[in-house]
Parts: sequence; C-alpha cells; structure tokens
Amino acid sequence: MKNGLSGVRVGLAAALAFGLSHATFAATELTVYTAVEAEDLKKYAARFNEDHPDIKINWVRDSTGIVTAKLLAEKENPRADVIWGLAATSLLLMKGEGMLHAYAPNGLDGLDSKFRDKSNPPTWTGMDAWVAAVCVNTVESDKHNLPMPSSWKDLTKPVYKGHIAMPNPNSSGTGFLDVSSWLQMFGEDGGWAFMDQLHQNIDHYTHSGSKPCKQAARGEVAIGVSFAFRGAKSKAAGAPLEVIIPSEGIGWDMEATAIVKGTKKLDAAKTLVDWSVSEKANKMYNEGYAVIGIQRLAKPVEHFPENIPQAMIDNDFEWAAENRKRILAEWQKRYDSKSEPKS
Amino acid sequence: MAGMRHRSGTHGSPLRRKSSTDDRAMRLFILVIAIYLVIALAFPLYVMFSKSLENSQGAFVGFQNYLEYFNTPALVYSIQNSLFIGVVTTTITVTIAFILAYALTRSRMPGKPVFKTIAMIPILVPSLLPGIALIYLFGRQGLINELLFGYEIYGPIGIVIAEVFFTLPHALIIIITALSIADARLYEAATALRANRARIFFTVTLPGVRYGLISAAFVVFTLSVTDFGAPKVIGGDFNVLATDIYKQVIGQQNFEMGAVVSMVLLLPAGLAFVVDRIVQKKQVALLSARAVPLEPLPNKRFDNLMLTYSIIISIFILGILGVCQFAALVKFFPYNLSLGFSNYQFDLMDGGGWDSYFNSIEMASYTAVFGTIVVFAGAYLVEKGQGLGPIRGAFQFLAMLPMAIPGLVLGLAYIFFFNAPSNPLNFLYHTMAILVISTIIHFYTVSHLTATTALKQMDSQFESVAASLKQPFYRTFLRVTVPVCTPAILDISIYLFVNAMTTVSAVVFLYSPHTTLASVAVLNMDDAGDIAPAAAMGMMIFYTAAGVKILHYLLSRGIEARTQAWRVAVAK
Amino acid sequence: MSEVFLKIENLTKNFGQFTALRDISLEVFQGEFVCFLGPSGCGKTTLLRAIAGLDIQTQGSIAQAGADISVLPPAERDFGIVFQSYALFPNLSVEKNVAYGLESRRAQRDEISQRVAELLALVDLADQAKKYPAQLSGGQQQRVALARALATSPGLLLLDEPLSALDAKVRAHLRMEIKDLQRRLAVTTIMVTHDQEEALTMADRIVVMNHGVIEQIGTPQEIYASPASQFVADFIGTMNFLSARIASSGKCLLEATEIAVDTSGLEAGQQVQLAVRPEDIHLEAKESASAEEQNQTPGTIESMEYLGAFVRATVKLHQSGARVQADLSAGDIDQWAMAPQAAVAVTLPADKIRLYPLDA
Repeated sequence: MKNGLSGVRVGLAAALAFGLSHATFAATELTVYTAVEAEDLKKYAARFNEDHPDIKINWVRDSTGIVTAKLLAEKENPRADVIWGLAATSLLLMKGEGMLHAYAPNGLDGLDSKFRDKSNPPTWTGMDAWVAAVCVNTVESDKHNLPMPSSWKDLTKPVYKGHIAMPNPNSSGTGFLDVSSWLQMFGEDGGWAFMDQLHQNIDHYTHSGSKPCKQAARGEVAIGVSFAFRGAKSKAAGAPLEVIIPSEGIGWDMEATAIVKGTKKLDAAKTLVDWSVSEKANKMYNEGYAVIGIQRLAKPVEHFPENIPQAMIDNDFEWAAENRKRILAEWQKRYDSKSEPKS
Repeated sequence: MAGMRHRSGTHGSPLRRKSSTDDRAMRLFILVIAIYLVIALAFPLYVMFSKSLENSQGAFVGFQNYLEYFNTPALVYSIQNSLFIGVVTTTITVTIAFILAYALTRSRMPGKPVFKTIAMIPILVPSLLPGIALIYLFGRQGLINELLFGYEIYGPIGIVIAEVFFTLPHALIIIITALSIADARLYEAATALRANRARIFFTVTLPGVRYGLISAAFVVFTLSVTDFGAPKVIGGDFNVLATDIYKQVIGQQNFEMGAVVSMVLLLPAGLAFVVDRIVQKKQVALLSARAVPLEPLPNKRFDNLMLTYSIIISIFILGILGVCQFAALVKFFPYNLSLGFSNYQFDLMDGGGWDSYFNSIEMASYTAVFGTIVVFAGAYLVEKGQGLGPIRGAFQFLAMLPMAIPGLVLGLAYIFFFNAPSNPLNFLYHTMAILVISTIIHFYTVSHLTATTALKQMDSQFESVAASLKQPFYRTFLRVTVPVCTPAILDISIYLFVNAMTTVSAVVFLYSPHTTLASVAVLNMDDAGDIAPAAAMGMMIFYTAAGVKILHYLLSRGIEARTQAWRVAVAK
Repeated sequence: MSEVFLKIENLTKNFGQFTALRDISLEVFQGEFVCFLGPSGCGKTTLLRAIAGLDIQTQGSIAQAGADISVLPPAERDFGIVFQSYALFPNLSVEKNVAYGLESRRAQRDEISQRVAELLALVDLADQAKKYPAQLSGGQQQRVALARALATSPGLLLLDEPLSALDAKVRAHLRMEIKDLQRRLAVTTIMVTHDQEEALTMADRIVVMNHGVIEQIGTPQEIYASPASQFVADFIGTMNFLSARIASSGKCLLEATEIAVDTSGLEAGQQVQLAVRPEDIHLEAKESASAEEQNQTPGTIESMEYLGAFVRATVKLHQSGARVQADLSAGDIDQWAMAPQAAVAVTLPADKIRLYPLDA
C-alpha cells in the first residue's frame, strides 16, 4: 500500500517497523493537512512531484472546520508537517497559538500583498481566494416559481422559505466566511438580524461547505449557499445551476500554506512551501480559482462569474480570527437547534 | 514421613495447589489478554470520564462541563430527541420483528429460509446506507416522495425508518429464539381446554416470549439511541446525542463536551445492558426446561397472511438495497438517468478513494483473525483456567462491558487515551493497529458470549483427562477444543469481519490518512454532498460482506464435512 | 495384605462455609480395588478429586507410593481417570483417543500403534479403532475411556461413577469386565459410586461415606453383615429397625418380648434401635404365639410381595404395632400355608441382630 508498511502495521511489531522503514525510503514523506477539494489533491501532488519527485505528500483532507479543529487538538503533539490549502482565518488562529513556523519562501515578493501574513517573516502565504457564491438550481426554481435572487437580502424574502441550504459555520469554513462577511458588511447587529431572517428560510444546515451546492445541483434544494468553485464544478458536470454573486459583496477567504512548528522535516517542508508560491503553482490554482496569489497570471475560469474580484469584500481576517470563537458560539445558540419547536 | 508436614491443625491456612507449568502458562496468557482489555477498554474509558471533568486546558473543573451542557438548550433537546427516536424505533421494530418471527416459526408458509436470509441483510450494510436510500426514495427529488404526503424525510421520520431497517435483524434473531423454545405441550393443553386462537396467543404465546421481547426491545433501543449513521445522513437538523458527540468532537474539536455527551449517552446504553443481562438469565432458565418442539399446523388463511406480510418486509429491505445500487449507477440524478460507473471514481471524492475500500478489507481481515484468536483464547482461559479467581472475575466483567459502550464513546475514549503524548502507546495512534484494537473491543461481548457458550457445551472433564494423561493444555486446546469449537470460531470471525466492514462509530474518530475506511468514506462522501458515490461505496461494503458471508457458509459446510464428521455420526 | 500405596491423612475440604470432607484418613493398599460408596453429596467425589489433584483439599495430606503428592497439580501425579460422561474427545477416532496420552512421550509411532492395538484388544474393541466415539454405544465408549486411562500404565486408576450412565444390563456386564481387567492388571483402583450393588460386587474394600465423614471401611461381607453404624445398616441392603431398650447384659426388650443379643458397649436402660435383615427373620405359622419363647414375638402378615426367587412379607407385630419385612422362600410358604392375615410367630435370631444406640 502507500508506505509499504501494510503487512506489519498491526500489533507491536509496528513500533519496530516504523524505525526501520525510514531507512529504506530514499524519499521524504510529508504529512500535509489540507481542505483543498478532494478531486484536486492528486493533481496538486502530481504537479509538485514533477519538480520534486523525492518528496512524497501524504494528504490529510477534511473540511476546513474539521482540519482546523484537528490541528488545534493536536497542538501538543502535532502530526502535520505542512498545511497546504487551509483558510487563512484558520491559519491566523494557529499563528495566535504559536503553532506555525515563520518562513519567507522564495518567490514571496511575487505575491499580492493581501496573499501573505503581515508578520515578517510571514507564518503563512496565500494560494488563491475562495469566494462565497449562491448556487441556484434553475429547474427547481422554475418548478417552484422562485425568482432568481441577486443579493443576500433577496434570500430573506418569504418566497424562498424552505428552499435554501447553507453550511453550518461551526464545521464549515465556507459557512464561517459567509457569517463573518455578513457581520462585516451589515455590522454586528445588522448581520445577526439578517441571519435571523435568513434562518426562517433555511431548510437545513450542512456540515460541509460544498454540500449545499451539490444538493442544489441534484435538486434536493433549490438554492445552496456555497462557494464559487463548487458551483462552477457542478455546472461543468451538467447540473442545471446558476452561480450567483450577491450584489452586496461576497465573503472570501484565502487558501493558504504554512509550515507546522516542530516538524522534523523542515527542509522538505520549505521546498514544498517554496513551490506553493511559484508561478507554476499559481497557474495550477487558476485552473479552478479565478483569484490567485499572483493575480497578474490569472485567466478567466469557465463557469465562474466574471465579477468576482470586484465583489470580494475587504475582508478583515485578523478580526475574523479573533472573534471566531465568540461568533460561532453565538451562531450555535441562535440557530443550531432547528429541532426546537418553532413558535 | 512426607505427609506429616500437612497434618497441620484445623486452623492452618488452606492448602494451595502447587502450580504446574500449564497453570503458569495459562495465568500468563490470561494476564496478557486481561491487560489488553484493561489498556484497550478500562483505561480509555477512565481517561474519558476524567476529561469530562476538565476544561480544554486540562485543569480539573468538577462538573462545570456538565452544568454548561445542561444549560445549553440545543444540547439538551438532543436527549429528548434521542429518547423519542429510541422509543418510536423500538415500538415499530419489535412489532414488525415479532410478526415476522411469528411467521417464520408458527406458520407453514413457503420460503421461510429465503425470508429469514433477506431479513438478515441489514447486518451487512453500514447504518448510513438506509438513510441514503431514503433520500433517493423520499427526498425532494425522491422517486416516490408523494407517499410522504408533504412530510419531510429529513428528520425523525427518516431516522426512524432507517433505524427500523438497521435494527430489524437484531430484534428478529432474539424473538425467533424466544418463539422457538415454546413448549408444544402448553399449546396442546390450551387447545384441549378449548381456548380459541386469540386466547392462546395472549395466555400462552405472549407470556412465553416476554423475556425475548423485553430483551429485543432493549437491544433495539440501545442500537437506535447510540447509532450515528442514520441520523447523520437523514437527520437533517434533528440533533440526537450521537450526532452531538460527532459535532462536538469532529466539527468543533470540543473534546471535553464530547466527553460529557458520551457520559450522557452511556446512561441509556448502560441501563439497557443491565436489564438485558437480567432478562437473558431468565430466558436461559426457560430454555433449560425440557420442551417438546412445536410443529405449526397448516392454516391456509393464516399462512397466506403471513406470506404476504413477509413479502412486504422483504420488498422493503431489498428495495432499500436496490435503490442504493440504482443510485450508485445513475450518472446525475435526477437530471441524467443514464447508467454508468462514474460514481465509482472514488479517488476524485472525499473519503480516501478506493484505498479506503481496500483498507477496510485489510482492517476487517485483521480484526477477524486477531479478534477471533484473542476472544476465543480469552474465553477458553476464563472457562478452563485454574486460580487467579479475582482476575478471572474482572476479566469476565471487562468482556461484558463493551456491549454497554457505544462505538462513538469508545472511539472518543481512544483519542483521549492513545493520543496523549505521555502515553507510551502513543505510537499506535493513527495506525491500522488502533483501528483493529478498537474494533475488536467494540464487538468483544457478543464474540465472547459465542465462544463461552461453545466452550460450556464441551465436556468439562476434557481438561482433567488431559492432565491425567500428562498432556500440556495447549495440545488439548489445539487438538480437541479448537476443532470441536470450529463452528463457533467461524461464527466469531465472520461476525467480526462483517462488523468491521460496516462499523463507522468507533473508527470515525481513529482513522488516519493512511487508514481511511470504506464505511467512513460513505460518511464523508455523503457529508460532502457526493451522495451517489456514497451509495456506491456502501454497496461495495454490502457485496463484500455478503460475499464473505457466502464464503463462510460454503467454508463452514466444507469444514464441517471434514472435522465435524463425528457430529454427523451423532445425527444418524 | 500388601503394602500401603495411597495414604490419606486428616483430609478436610471446605467450600466456603460448607464442609465437604471432615478429617478423612484412609489407606489404600497396592493392587486393591476400593469403592467410595455413599449417597449424593456425601463427599465421595470430592475425595476422589482431591486424590487426583483436580480440587485441592483445604487441609490434610495425601501420599502415593511413599511420595507426598498433597499439593501437586494433576499432571504431576500418577493416575488415570474415567468419568461418568466418558469425556472422550469427540473429534478424535477411538485409536487416537487411546493414543492421546502416549503421543508426545517420544514414543515411536509403531510402538504407539502396537500399544493402542493391545489396549483395544484388552477392552475387546479391536475392530472399532477407526470409529468416532459418537458411533459407539455407551458401554463401548466407556471401555474406550478405560483403555485411554490405562494406556500410560498409571499406578492408580480412578473411576468416577463410570457405570451410572449405562442401562442395567450393560452395567452388570461391564462391572464384571472392569473387575476382571483390574485383577489382571493389578492396578490399584478407586471407584466412586452411589450404587451399593456395584460396590458390593466389585470392591475389595468399601469406604462408606456420609456427610463428609467415613462411616465404615471394610470388605463387602463386613459392610453387609456387620454395619458399623445405623447409617451403614440402613444404606446397604434392606434392614428392619425396631425400637428396643437394653434390659440387662445380653438382653434387650422389644416391648414385652425378651431378646437375647450381644449388648457389649451398651448400658442397661439405654434406648436402642434393633436392626435385623428381612432374610434373617424367621416366620412360623402359629395360632397364638406365646411371649415366653425367647427372641420370638407374635404378628400378623399384612401383605406379601412376590419378588421371583422369594416372597417378602410385611408383618405387623402385635405388641408394638410396628411393621417388619421378612423374606420367605417358596418352601416356607408351602410348609406353613402362609397368606395375608395369617398369624405368625416372628423369630429374630440372636446372632443376626445388631443394636445401635439412639442418638441423643
């Protein structure tokens, strides 16, 4: 299997085998935590290995919230060497906990200033922007006579009652960037008031950020609050979807890269991070994302709405990271019990 | 004279047998397995309990987490919801199972083995699968969602239907057993007294199976309250305790609160376990009475009624599977219904891809092999070993304990225990080994009981005879005990294999990127909205488990023909 | 007798508060066949298991062939054992069962098969070697168990109710066979049984046990003819018990009838149980039996039970109203024209009577 250990992985023999296996492998193996969409992982690793065949990437992929929580939980005993493709908000959180190894990768200067940690040397560098979007199933909208929404506020109209799914911010990074952007755009009070209204129309909250869009693609709901990349992909797969960028502006987060403090494979980790900010890597990001770290290289992406860069709000990541815990607690208190008898 | 030494007065301390090499070897082995149970069960549970009394910094805070828990309305609602699901599922499942068991034991309808086999199928699939099928049947785009009359499948309705599917075989086995031990003479007596069918049913049949019904009810209740697959897939925003643990731990990595919910979840499971043990004992007492087996009389109307009923239940079960297979093959439901294998490209999805599938087979195989060895050897040593009374008592307790521990709770306890940096066993974390270790523990009790029952049926004098013939215990164990118990050993290994293939609850906390599992992949793919691939993977699990089960059937027949020739001889 | 082979001294076994064996001392001689006889729960099986080392005694010592084996585990003792359940290994053929104790003793394969053949011939099962135990009858299975126990030529053979699971005819046959085998091999044997007929026919000596103590040790004749206690008298064979009182030395009173009897060890005035077996009682037809004749008391036949070789009559004694059983031969019946309601004189021969003091 993947590391040639499968035969002896069981039992105490594993302990012995671990010690021996390192000597037998010329390649360095990096454990990389990521929230990059599963279908892209093989591509990312393969492109990287074109330039660095001696470093093997072992992906640990889960949704943003889960990877974040996992990293925090393993703080005392980190399992990851590198984080490649996790929300900058999450990395800021880890920076605050002192879990990241500051490193200025070769090619740092080429990145847009937004796409790097403000500390010097930075603890993280950005890859691409991952923006909120609304996936609307045209077949289902027609069936239920739903007008095409154009703004966030539109979604609070009674006509959409029971037709919207959105991710639970407690487990989904997309969910959190939505909530955080609403609070920044509409203000603290206005944001919660908006969500109170939206909550009336929500059919259900999902654990994953891509699920609402996938459900919209299948017609399981008419409207899924999700992110642009997912909408574009589903559209490409033949779903009757329209990807809407709400007019008030959209929340966004960066997928970003960082080295985990305490890694025993610092050299390999640096090699990977160097590569992650390279032009080649940025072109690769551009295959799925419209907004990338080296924006001058960016080409339009099929099925992506055109107006994304303009719609992206001036996201205050520091604020989001600092207030994350409070926001999530408040959200849970307000909405995480749809089972309550509604009065 | 040598004997004089022992002619001590009546007040000397009692004599103790000098230990033989056998005694010492057996004590060593039982100690090893007991240590395994302590490390893999007792310690983690203890650590989890103490975690529930700590804050995230690890400081002791007493019952503060519990206070916080009971002051969070959303979490407390989950208790209500769990109990609601448990009670409704129990009522429906036990009723359905009772009528089916009645049809299988008390009617002369044709095709009984077929119906029984079909009713056992749910054991071979992860509990996530019925939920997925229900989405295809009753979801917004569901094939027959009109049948719900506008009600929502996401939530209690969906959970209950999925749980009924999932728990049916468990209840059915218990009730069939209870109905099978009925004494024909009671029925003859009742008929002779001119009691009518209904009167006989209420005065003879029901009282005769009451322990079976109670036992089945508690088993179903525990399963449905602690199951996590169904509410995860079809529960929507209807939170239950099991999904709360998952959300607290995986979603928010709030381990302390996860520990608190776990402790809460232990209550109903523990209670059900205690009641079940008491009732089982009474049931056994009924069993030992010498009964004349009941041969049902043909009754055309009744038999046809039972046949119709069995067909309906079978359609329900096969329908769930059929829908999943259909879903797995449809290219883009509901907009493109052409068939193909695109949903089998697991490598493009969350959950670990095809590797997960092969990991699951690997994990299930290890669990079957090592689990059977550990469980059978453990049961043998407890049954036949000499001395070490207290340790054997503790062993027996630890062997029964896993039945009362929901898988999620066990998995969470493992995180606490094995991922602690100070634990020398920390190296096991994130390995295949920890998955195997936890799965063996998770399914220990039933395996242990199977082994114990088989061992108790053996002549208790074999060991005495072997000792008098100066044969070491392991020789008798290998040459007599193991061959005689081969059917039970095969049963245990297949039970462990199938459950290791389908289980989600404990391993969902313990898999690593190298050891993703098929059942967890079903969960993760569904979580990411890739429901069709989830169905495809779920069906892969089913085909594998069913294939292994068929293989087991053929194998055990082959082995029986060879090693159990003496049994056949008895039957002649 | 030959030398002492097994010496048990002051053996006590407690199960919690319950005392199963109380201060048992016993010697078994080389080549002897000893039966432990008693009702269930008397401790006989417990004693056997202590000798085998299967359940170690609480106190006391056991020596076998001069060596102290008190606390040795079974595997370090020298015995073969046969259980009521046979305990044959069901998955092994007859010959494999018999060879079980021989293998792994570094014996050559042909040596083993020769020995197995010898043993099977000994128990008359040579033609059943390849069969599985379940294919044999109960009696055959028990013979296999015997062969297996004897295979290693143990110094001591332990039989735990070996015949109890068999039907009467097979039992009687196997009884003789085992006894014969034991005599030929001269192996010291202890058999536990609750069946007095088995004990009387097979044993050289019988150890009668009750409530965890030994009531009497003796040859079958001694046990039958001179039971040492009322329990033994009652447990072995059929015995009539009548209440009596010691009148003076050599005399006791059965109501008004004076009975000449050996009263050694008893004092005048003491209440006793007078014990006499049915076959020792003498009946004569008599219109009016006079009380003057010694050891004779009047009675009436109440009923007669035909038992084939003899008839057992129940006689009501006039003086006390007590009933005794007396055996009559066919000749007696003809000679005295005995029939129910017949008046009889009941004679209790002095040398056949035993007296047991009434326990206070």
